[in-house]
Amino acid sequence: MNAALIAFYAFRETLRRRVFLAVLVLTAAFIALYWLGARFVFSKTSGFAGNGVVDANVVRGATIFGLALFATYFLGCVLAIFLTLGAIRGEAERGLLQPLIARPVGRSSLVIGRLLAAVLVCAPYVAIVYATCLAITRHTLHWTPDRQIEPLLALMLAVAIIAAVSLLGSVFLTPTANGITVFMLLGVGMVAGLLGQIGAALKIHSLERIAEASSWVAPFEALYQRALFALTAETSGMTKTVISLGPFGGPQAGPGQLWPWSLAYLALATFAVLAVFARLDL
Amino acid sequence: MPPALTTRALVKRFGRTTALAGVDLEIEPGELVGLLGPNGAGKSTLTKIACGIVRASGGEARVCGARSGSRRARAAIGYLAELFRFPDWLSAEEVLVLHQRLASSRGGAGERLDLLGLVGLADARRVRVSAMSKGMQQRLGVAQALVGEPRLLLLDEPTSALDPAGRRTVRELLERLREREIAVLLNSHLLSEVELVCDRVAILARGKLVASGAMDELTQARGLEVETGAGVRLIKEVGREQVPQVVRELVAAGEEVYSVRLIRSTLEETFLELTGGDRA
Repeated sequence: MNAALIAFYAFRETLRRRVFLAVLVLTAAFIALYWLGARFVFSKTSGFAGNGVVDANVVRGATIFGLALFATYFLGCVLAIFLTLGAIRGEAERGLLQPLIARPVGRSSLVIGRLLAAVLVCAPYVAIVYATCLAITRHTLHWTPDRQIEPLLALMLAVAIIAAVSLLGSVFLTPTANGITVFMLLGVGMVAGLLGQIGAALKIHSLERIAEASSWVAPFEALYQRALFALTAETSGMTKTVISLGPFGGPQAGPGQLWPWSLAYLALATFAVLAVFARLDL
Repeated sequence: MPPALTTRALVKRFGRTTALAGVDLEIEPGELVGLLGPNGAGKSTLTKIACGIVRASGGEARVCGARSGSRRARAAIGYLAELFRFPDWLSAEEVLVLHQRLASSRGGAGERLDLLGLVGLADARRVRVSAMSKGMQQRLGVAQALVGEPRLLLLDEPTSALDPAGRRTVRELLERLREREIAVLLNSHLLSEVELVCDRVAILARGKLVASGAMDELTQARGLEVETGAGVRLIKEVGREQVPQVVRELVAAGEEVYSVRLIRSTLEETFLELTGGDRA
């Protein structure tokens, strides 16, 4: 009950923040650019029929929609980080937390409420951007991913994990330090993903192992790769090989237990926030 | 009825720094206690332990019989932090609605009107926090602390941002709280303010309680100031009981006595003496 109340107020505050308005404006700009880009790509390559080995329509659609997926993931992460980076220490330093904590409200309610509010904003945001880009891709490029729901679920879970990690960081770090740390973690995940892509293409096993290890440490990146993978999950042959070298990261199915591990990771990160925050002196 | 606040051998360490080194303090229901001490004496730490936002390293603190920090203890307190802020997009009334919900208060609109009236914000109930002066926010903070009819009010520097008129409002408010049987722990740097409203004063220095008692107990008789035809002079080591005898002796000695006044040490002098000259 109290968690819902905290979530409600945090949600209202989120919608009032200028950063949210900025995200909306930038998202609109991104979608407009994506639509324009997709149209130009289609008009310039519509005559390209492929060579019989590579399906040009799939390569074109998957590459362009891969861009949309990357942008959706990135923007969703930015939103999740900004909504949570100062949730504990930052708000305590500003004096917003003390009047709430002194009330007979469990600290766990506060953590759950803040996480819930961030997820309630970020997950629908990701869903809307994804659905819009999917509609544009279908309409302008006449291509539909092999799987449509799985990439969305993967992105939503990835963004929820980022929100939980950022919330955990907010217990220890000031907002600026936390923001930098989580963005760097995101960057490390991306680099590890790209190394895995290179490793897979060149058959360098050590790079592949690094990428696999990073999937466990940073499942949000593995989920993004899984989303990319799901776009062309039923595609095979040379077309699949060409797509796997795409500029927005290598599509990888990831470890077999990716989904349960990601959910467990989200739960673990949340429990870690609860455990540390319960012992924190404000 | 258990004491509103009891601390026994209360200790708090932050790393190697000892903020509280075994503090024993008791506040009875309806009692108004001023907590004084120089910067770093441990006043805010003690207040924060009482309201459960800082954990004690040793000893214990109980609020109305319940362990401090427990849900029952937090339901019995109202807290105004030294540094606090409310979401600036909420109006005064919305801030109180939020805290009523958090405190599970059933006071409804009546309680909100009563509290806003009590702190002189009845006309500002729809004003947003962002449009309020620091003083108005401070008064709203006091109203917020009173949501849910707390039995112990913990006020950490409640008048620091107020002008003289605002300070007077808070003083009058504290007087009214006395009528409502609400115990108050007033943590303040303003000795004159504490002197005016508190039943009792507790003085902390270097994490220890160095004095506690009513104002009369803490201040000492310094002598008798006498105005005679020869001028004003101070006769030292004279208590209240000896005044008639002193006056009789002066008159018998042929002096004309125009006025006599018992001089006691001020709270500030006592404070400076006990805390080694550090300023509050």
